[in-house]
Formats: sequence, structure tokens, C-alpha cells
Amino acid sequence: MTTVPVSIAINGRRYDRQVEPRLLLVHFIRDLGGLTGTKVGCDTSQCGSCTVLLDGVAVRSCTCFAVQADGSSVTTIEGLAPAGSLHPLQESFWNKHGLQCGYCTPGMIMAAHELLRTNPKPNDTDIRHGLEGNMCRCTGYQNIVRAVRDAAERIAR
Amino acid sequence: MSSRIFGSGIRRREDPRLITGTATYTDDLSLPGMLYAAMLRSPHAHARITKIDVSAARSAPGIVAVYTGADVKDALKPVPCAWLLPNANLKIAPYPAMAIDTVRYVGDIVAVVVAETRYQAYDALDLVQVDYSPLPAVTNPVMASGSSAPQIHPDVPKNEAFHWTVGGGDVDAAFKNADVVVKETIVQQRLIPNAMEPRATLATWSAAPGELTVWNTTQNPHILRFLCSVVTGVPEDKLRVVAPEVGGGFGSKIAAYPADFLTVFCSMRLNKPVKWAETRSENYQATTHGRDHTQQVELAAKQDGTILGLRATIHAGMGAYLSTAAPGIPTILHGLMLSAVYNLPAVKEDVYGVYTNTTPVEAYRGAGRPEATFMLERMIDKLAVAVKMDPADVRFKNMIPRFENGHTVITGLTYDSGDYPAGLKKVLDHVNYADLRRQQADARKQGRHLGIGLASYVEICGLGPSQVAGAIGFQGGLWESAIVRVHPTGKVQVFIGASPHGQGEETTFAQLVASEIGVDVNDVKVVHGDTDVTPMGWGTYGSRTTAVGGAALVLAARKVRDKAKVVAAHLLEAAVEDMEYADGKFFVKGSPDRSKTIQDIALMANVAWNMPKGVEAGLEASMFYDPPNFAYPYGSHVAVVEVDAETGHVELKRYVALDDCGPQINPVIVEGQVHGGVVQGIGQALWEEAVYDSTGQLVTGSMLDYALPRADRLCDIEVISSVTPSPHHPLGLKGIGEAGTIASTAAIYSAVMDALSPFGVETMRMPFTPERVWNAINHR
Repeated sequence: MTTVPVSIAINGRRYDRQVEPRLLLVHFIRDLGGLTGTKVGCDTSQCGSCTVLLDGVAVRSCTCFAVQADGSSVTTIEGLAPAGSLHPLQESFWNKHGLQCGYCTPGMIMAAHELLRTNPKPNDTDIRHGLEGNMCRCTGYQNIVRAVRDAAERIAR
Repeated sequence: MSSRIFGSGIRRREDPRLITGTATYTDDLSLPGMLYAAMLRSPHAHARITKIDVSAARSAPGIVAVYTGADVKDALKPVPCAWLLPNANLKIAPYPAMAIDTVRYVGDIVAVVVAETRYQAYDALDLVQVDYSPLPAVTNPVMASGSSAPQIHPDVPKNEAFHWTVGGGDVDAAFKNADVVVKETIVQQRLIPNAMEPRATLATWSAAPGELTVWNTTQNPHILRFLCSVVTGVPEDKLRVVAPEVGGGFGSKIAAYPADFLTVFCSMRLNKPVKWAETRSENYQATTHGRDHTQQVELAAKQDGTILGLRATIHAGMGAYLSTAAPGIPTILHGLMLSAVYNLPAVKEDVYGVYTNTTPVEAYRGAGRPEATFMLERMIDKLAVAVKMDPADVRFKNMIPRFENGHTVITGLTYDSGDYPAGLKKVLDHVNYADLRRQQADARKQGRHLGIGLASYVEICGLGPSQVAGAIGFQGGLWESAIVRVHPTGKVQVFIGASPHGQGEETTFAQLVASEIGVDVNDVKVVHGDTDVTPMGWGTYGSRTTAVGGAALVLAARKVRDKAKVVAAHLLEAAVEDMEYADGKFFVKGSPDRSKTIQDIALMANVAWNMPKGVEAGLEASMFYDPPNFAYPYGSHVAVVEVDAETGHVELKRYVALDDCGPQINPVIVEGQVHGGVVQGIGQALWEEAVYDSTGQLVTGSMLDYALPRADRLCDIEVISSVTPSPHHPLGLKGIGEAGTIASTAAIYSAVMDALSPFGVETMRMPFTPERVWNAINHR
């Protein structure tokens, strides 16, 4: 199959690769970038586990081809905070027991990041609606809602 | 700090790696030269394979190998069933890792393709030519047991995998003497577990030493090693199974699966690392499902609400083959729990396990106990209507009174401890039940349909005494083991046989050790999930890890403490009897300044320059703990819903869970387990169902079609608790992993039916979709 060159910055580092046009962004990130924090949880764009930021906006990396991200900048869970530190969302998920098995967590945190970007002071209903596209089977979402509320409050301070 | 670490809601140590994306799940692993496997699965529910042509696939780009059933059948023994239910005429049909001439469900594997990349492997699947001659299929367990149903396995007439019964008391007399008999046919619909991490296997065979390493998304690596050794012939000592980070299981990662063995087969044939990771659609087709009971139930009672007896016939769909633990789920874990929290004088249940042309069924969170709890709670609600009593009063009237050290029920089980009436009273007080009923009456006057639902449960967990395991046909033990090793600097490593996968035992087990030997909790590392490193254990399921593994760990830590005391006495030149211990310090009675810390002793025991006579060097202990009984957590839940009669939509208004799992190591983690468990049970009541059409196609084949609970459809869960220690656990601990799920389906069902009572709705099938509710209201 023919390949095309793409150049994608992930967490500030540029990856120049030859890829098949059909290569999904999530596989570019995981297999070519070696960054496995971004998860694949379904094959129908339903679960949100693969959510990353593409030029600052949350997208599902399983529903985006790598070629569509050519020239763009991607932020994954690994790059959300400078090395050795945690983003307030990460801290709040930890403090509020917002995760159990952790598989949905990277996507959930990136989706929460998008929610706070567009609505910095969400109430619980806003948070529940903002995260309805991300599946979690462990927590029943309650502590995720707590965590996002807590992060919003701490960011506002 | 150490004395207060037990019971403290400290943050989980698992989380830093999980929130930064640095945790390693199976599909995150890569090895040099690794190849990718993809499984070709049958699109037919029941068919003969007339021809397979793999030549085009073999010559596709990047393809290393293509194997079919003919290649595999002599290399792999059939996939084992490990719960050989006695006295049930159990018929285990051969379960080949790959179909040879017949496929029996949509998802049965017919070929495996191995390629240099994942994309190449999936491309080549389309090039494998399989000719099928379709056969009639059957997916419903009641229909499958009929005489005209297609027979799925040659030696299993009427598709009857087993017929198991439980009985006690004079059930015929109970029904003869009854004032009231209530009846219902209950469908416990088929569910898809949906652990967020799909299943995956990475196998690497080293031919020279003849050693195999398997990384797998498993809840029980030691059982998988055992079964993998049986199936592949690789000796257990040369077979290492690793459960790396595992993203939830809920029962679906107990079984040993065909695809796991096929991945191993490919690695052994090719002498290369081979990875297989299922897609979500593949997970829906081929990773085990749960529930699938049709229950015909009748309850006999007196006019004053006293229960006299219960009679039931269950048809449990088992799927096309018997999965690892499947036969025990609708029988032992269901039928023996029919007394629930009540005095039940007589019971008779027939359980027919039935093969159907569907995905194999296994344990799914609660596994048998939700199906038992639901039956009793539903019949009690019907009884309350029939005898015109409040459903809470009927429950109180029949509940087993408080007991602290054993209560034997009609099915033969001896519950450990409980105070069921106090639990129900506490949750009713919490919600102000009388006031809730008044609010409901007021709402009805305004044309609003509030419903209040109750569910009380007791569950059997902490599986269990190994002698009992043997007696009920479980082909393994159910003990757990732990090693506590104190290093020279006083830092502790703990090795456990159990295999947590989201429940947080790396944290709670460190809390246990810290509280037993007085080290800082951050000085204890808990190691699990690698059969080359950890001692034998039977896995994490059935809410058993704290109840059994936790007991092993506590007793191992106490052995360490006892040895440390002997060393301390020697170093302080005192008699062992004169030594006392508190908070990590050993001191001579009456002179607290003559003391040694656990760290002092760790150093001295590890260098061993001056050990007491006859005492071995080192500070380490192991414990194999076989529990004398199961553990029986219990509770009562209250749900409040509002039904929109115009649309049939059910809105969750309030949910309160009272659970008693004994003393809590970490109440924040307990609360999290309850939240998640309750929501899974709500999912069954309101949204979830695996649907097959009449030809055996899985209609709910992806997350687009199978309705999982989402954040915006739920309300907050209020979690309260009581503490009734188990008399047989060293710390009185029970289990909490499944409790929420066991109660909540029944509580929501109860609430919705209560809301619909003005419409004369007597029964409804789950899940309560708006369409179903609207039809019920309008008697369509």
C-alpha cells in the first residue's frame, strides 16, 4: 500500500513518519509514537478512551486518520502536565478516587479538559453531560464528577 | 500513624501510573520481532464448515502464517471446563480452541492469521474463504430445551448441559397450606460485561529452553497457567503467566479462552512473540456474557405475610460451550442463596443448564447471587401487593433475626453473621421512609408517578473452603497465599496470589500490613499478577480477595511480628513472654525505653549476626489461608424513581445503599466499589441487554447498540454502612466488590413497578426501556 509522509508533534516532540493513509491517529500515537497512555476501548467511536487534544481541542483519535493530523500538534495524557508534575485534573482524579481500573482514565481526563476549556465553572449536571460520551464501567461516574468539580475549583483559585 | 492506617481513606498508590498514562496493559506491550494475530470468526450461529481455502490469505502482504482447525486440533487439547458440577448429569461437550467441522455460535473461531502488522492481519482475514452449510440455530434457553429444538452437540439431547436441584423442607405442604401463592416468570436477560479494556494476549515461546511466557488480561494468572499447561502441554514450571495492568474484568476475565491458546499456539509454531488484542465488536461476540436465566417462580405464604415456601424452575442459557466456571454460577452461587435474608421453611428449585447457539456465559459481577436476590425480592413485592401490606413490613416479618456466629438456612449454607432487620431499618430511617411514602401519595395526586423500591440482600462471597470447593466440583482450591518479606532497611514487600485489576488492593493490602507490623504504609509494596514471582493463588473474583487473600496476608504479617518479637527479646536479653508490642515497637514489659523497632529487628534478622538459638535468619513469613467458611456481606438499598407516563422514561431520583461488609480497610475504596456495583445493576434494570435474533446474530453487536450506563443518566448514589464482623476472618472482613450489583437491579425493578402500580402493571421485562414502560402503561 502506498504511504504518505506526515509530520505530527506529540507532546511537543515532532514525529516525521511515512504512513498508510488509512492509519488511525490512535495507532500513530501508540505504535509509531510509542505513547501507550491513549487507549482503544471500542471500534465505533462510542467509549471515548482514545480522546486526545488535537491543536488544543479534544478529538477521538480512533476516528481521525494520522494524515488528517499532519502538521498538527497532539497532546496526550503523557503530555498534559510537565514531566514530574500533575495537571490539576490528574491530581483531582487521584484525590477523589475518580478511577479504579484506570483504562478509561486517560480519555476521561482529556474529555474533562475539554469540558473545562469550554465551561470553566461547570455544575454537576454540566459535568455529567460533558462526559456522557466517555464510558467508565468501574466508578459509576460519581467520583469522576467529584474529581472534575474539584479540579475546576482548584484551577479557578 | 500505623495504628490508624486500618480504616483510613488514603489515596490509592495505583493511581499515579494510571493518571499519567504510564501504566502498562497487555496491549501496550511490544517485544522485538513481535507478530500480530487476528481471529477469523464464524458469521453463522450454527453451520457445517464445508471448505476452507487459506491460499489467498497466505500470500497476502506481511502474512507469516494462517492456521485452521485442522492445524490446531492435535496440538491443543480442548478448552477445559473447570467446574464439574456433581449429581447434575453434567454433559461437557468438547470445546475445541478452533472449530474443526462445525461452528456453534457467531464468534466461534475458524482461522487465525499471523502478520507483521495488525493492519495486515485484519486485511488477510477477508481473504480466507470459508464455505458454510448453515444449520438451524436456537438462542433462547427455554426453546433450546424443547424436543423440537436443533441439537447443538451430538451427545447432548435436548441441549441439556446439566440438571441440578436444590431442596429442603416440605415444599408441597407449604403450597398446600398457603393462603396466598404469587407467581411470576422472570427473565434475567443476557448481559455483556464490558470491562473497558478489551481482552488481549501476548505469548512468547523460547524453543531452546522450552519456556513460554504469556501476558494476559486475566483475573487469575495462576489458574490460567494451570489450564494453559493442560491445553498446550507446556509444563507448569516452564510456563509463566503475567497479568500486567488489567482494565476491569467483572467476571469476563476469569475464563481461559480459545483465542488465548491459539495465540500461544502461533508463538510456539513460529518461535516468535505473537500478540492478539480483540476489538470491542469481537469482545461482544466472543468474550463471555452473563445472566441469561428464565425463571418460573412461585412463592407460598400466609395471609399475614409469613413466607411458607418457594418453588422455581430455571432455564439458564450456557452458550455454545461451557466456559471455565460456568456450571457453578446458576447452581451453587444461585440456588444455595434462595433463602436470602429470610426464614424460608421450604424450597425446591430445578436448574436446567442449556446449550444455545450463543456466546458462552460465565460469571458476571454478582454471578448467580443477583439472580437469586432478584427472585426473592420480586416475589416479596408481589406478596406485599397480594396481602395488602407495605413491602418493608413483609421484609421485616420474614427476616432472619440478628446472629453473630452462624445461622444455617434451608439450603444447607451457614451464614456467618448479620443483622438484616437493623440494616433495613437504618436505610429506611436514613430516607425517612414514611415521609417518602407521603411524598409519593402527594405526587400521585398531582399526576406524577414516583416509585419507591426496596431490596435486601445477603451474598455468598469470600470463596471459599477448599474442601467445599472439591465437594461442589470446582477443579481447584479456593485458598489464598501471601508472603511478607521485610528487607534489611525495614522496607516490606508483599507477594500475593490474588490478582487485583482495579479494586485497589495494592493500597488496602499495604494498609493491612502496615497496621499489623507497624511500618509506614508507604514502606510496603504489594506485588501481584506474575506466576514466576508470586505464590499460588486462585484469583480475584467472587469478592474473595480481601476475605481470603487479606486473611492470608494478615496471618503472614502476624507470623513476621511473632518472629520479630523473638528476635527483639534476644537482643534485649529479655524473655519472650516479657515482650510487648505496640505501633511497630517491641519493648520489655514495664520498661518502654528498652525497645527495638521493627526496622532495628529487620536489619539484625537479615544480617543474622546474633540470632536466637534455633531461629532462622531473615524476617519473612508465608501463609496459606483456607477459610473455614464463606463470607456473607449483606445490606438493604432504597431506590426512588419517577416515571413519565407520557414517554415511558424512567428518571432516577435518589439511590441509597446500606451495605455491611464488616470492618472497612479503606472506606473511600469501599464507597467506590458500591458506586460502580450499583450502577452496573441499574444498567441491567434500565438499559442493558444482549439481543440475538432468531438466526443467532448478535443484534447488539457494538457499543452503538448495547446501552451502557452513561454519566448523564445517573444520579448520585448515597452510601451508608454498618459493621458486622465475620466471626471467622482474622479481622472480621467480608467483601464488597459485588454487593452493589446484587441489590440494585432488584431495587430499581421494585421502584419502577411501584411507580406503575396505579396503572395495574403486574410484570414487565427488563431492561425498562421507555418503549417497554410506555407499552406497559398503555397495556399494549
